[in-house]
Amino acid sequence: MGILQAILVSMPGAVAQGLIWGIMAIGVYITFKVLDFADLTVDGSICTGMAVCAMLIAAGWNVWLAMLAALLAGMLTGLVTGLFHTLLGIPAILSGILTQLILWSMNLVIMGKANQPVNAMRVPLLVTRLHLTESILILIAFNLVLIGVLYWFFGTEFGSALRATGCNKNMARAQGINTNLHTVFALMLSNGSVALSGALLAQYQGSADINNGRGAIVIGLAAVIIGEAIVSKISRNFIVRLLGVALGAVIYYIVYQIVIGLRIPTDLLKMLSAIVVAIFLAVPYWKKKFAKPLRKEAPQNAET
Amino acid sequence: MLKLENVRKVFHPGTVNEKVALDSVSVTLADGDFVTVIGGNGAGKSTMLNAVAGVFPIDGGSIAIDGQDITKLPEYKRAPLIGRVFQDPMMGTAADMWLEENMALALRRGKKRGLRWALTSKERKLFREKLAELGLGLEDRMTTKVGLLSGGQRQAVTLLMATLIEPKMLLLDEHTAALDPKTAAKVLELSDRFISQGHLTALMVTHNMRDAIAHGNRLIMMNEGRIILDVAGEEKKKLTVEALLEFFQQASGEAFANDRALLG
Ligand SMILES: Nc1ncnc2c1ncn2[C@@H]1O[C@H](COP(=O)(O)OP(=O)(O)OP(=O)(O)O)[C@@H](O)[C@H]1O
Ligand SMILES: [Mg+2]
Repeated sequence: MGILQAILVSMPGAVAQGLIWGIMAIGVYITFKVLDFADLTVDGSICTGMAVCAMLIAAGWNVWLAMLAALLAGMLTGLVTGLFHTLLGIPAILSGILTQLILWSMNLVIMGKANQPVNAMRVPLLVTRLHLTESILILIAFNLVLIGVLYWFFGTEFGSALRATGCNKNMARAQGINTNLHTVFALMLSNGSVALSGALLAQYQGSADINNGRGAIVIGLAAVIIGEAIVSKISRNFIVRLLGVALGAVIYYIVYQIVIGLRIPTDLLKMLSAIVVAIFLAVPYWKKKFAKPLRKEAPQNAET
Repeated sequence: MLKLENVRKVFHPGTVNEKVALDSVSVTLADGDFVTVIGGNGAGKSTMLNAVAGVFPIDGGSIAIDGQDITKLPEYKRAPLIGRVFQDPMMGTAADMWLEENMALALRRGKKRGLRWALTSKERKLFREKLAELGLGLEDRMTTKVGLLSGGQRQAVTLLMATLIEPKMLLLDEHTAALDPKTAAKVLELSDRFISQGHLTALMVTHNMRDAIAHGNRLIMMNEGRIILDVAGEEKKKLTVEALLEFFQQASGEAFANDRALLG
């Protein structure tokens, strides 16, 4: 089989994985973009989602219930980070790292060992490598439903207050918004989504492994960044942006598969993604740095 | 209306940086009082307003609005009682959200925020009318991100948002200091209008002595965390910049330490 052919054959799998990570990336978008909170909990919470789902399926639970449990467990991890930050006053990044460490232990406790198989023989799974077409369709549906729910949510009074919290805490509090509550809730929403993607990932790859979450934040950020790059020229609409994030994750995994197909050592891929993310995060900073200094009073029609 | 009793605030207590920002400040504002606040750099003006708004807990004394003790209330729970405009035009609005979304957030100050839509078409109409009254043409830019408005426009919007739900108190902390003179005058005029139309009780910090004399019915001067002058009514109307400067020099034994006071 030629390289090109091998790459082509691997594409459906890449799309499926990308769609799973799309859900994760949307979770990252909520904290990183909407809340303006660099949440590192996700490296742990994605694995929590996998662990909970794997163990419950092994125990014979219905797959939907197992996924619901994973989602709730993910929300719980967000709650922990949120309380570290708001109640104990621990800086955002450190709060996430602390929860991540806690989850490393917790995930091992949940699984009992470092790796657990997810067996399709016991319970019918929702997504598997064996039924790629159905799996892809189901995953697309998951992405669309999640995006729809979030679009609705951020248009409500509560969701709007959450956006204000992420945008300007001073303003939010002056307008009577409990910024702590909204911060905690956003972290729960985000990590719930991340754990849900973990639950799907465990089914898809047929196992849950303690090392699976490592560097997840970078993949999530890469997807967010790719997504923004694609859609920012087309539309500023929130729903389009979320679609872009999901699409960004798919593109990430397609590129990933191509890299694997070209026999580039995948060990280097994490480094490459980190470098790409670093570059994209640096661009707005440098743009600002070299932009002309703003005058006190902008012209009447400052928008372009 | 507003009652501060022996309010004390110490920053960095027990360190070399210890700073008594408010040293037993007591003051009572009557309903409808419009008080201008002046004083040198670091006198404690902002700290006093922030104490009222609940930005930080105070270290002693009590604060009450309309007989309700709010000393222990967190900032966001005081918000229904208090409208605020800050010195920094960036601070009062959510830059990444649309103008109408900002207004909708302000319209829900003190109300429960549930899962209803954040903005209705009826509210849009109301906002359009209110914005038109500002006379800045903002009624046609309701779906513009507030971050794209000029500093003066943002201060005018913040002022409007602060009074959209009628507050018991309006706190203005050098809210025209970052604006050019023409825009500052416009925002000041709007402030006057809102305060008199709503019969609001207001505290306005300004570094401009002329403005402090020309606006409001009462004037407070602060120095080193204390109120050193409090004049109202006819007596206030007779004040001059020179008299204020001389008073300050005598009271504090030094020249007025606010370099901006004489600009304006
Ligand atoms: N958050 C803070 N942390 C530490 N010290 C503070 C803080 N806020 C104010 N201070 C200090 O408290 C004192 C009073 O400050 P405040 O901001 O109230 O002065 P001000 O009268 O508003 O002065 P200005 O005219 O410069 O705005 C100053 O010495 C200031 O350095
Ligand atoms: Mg000040």
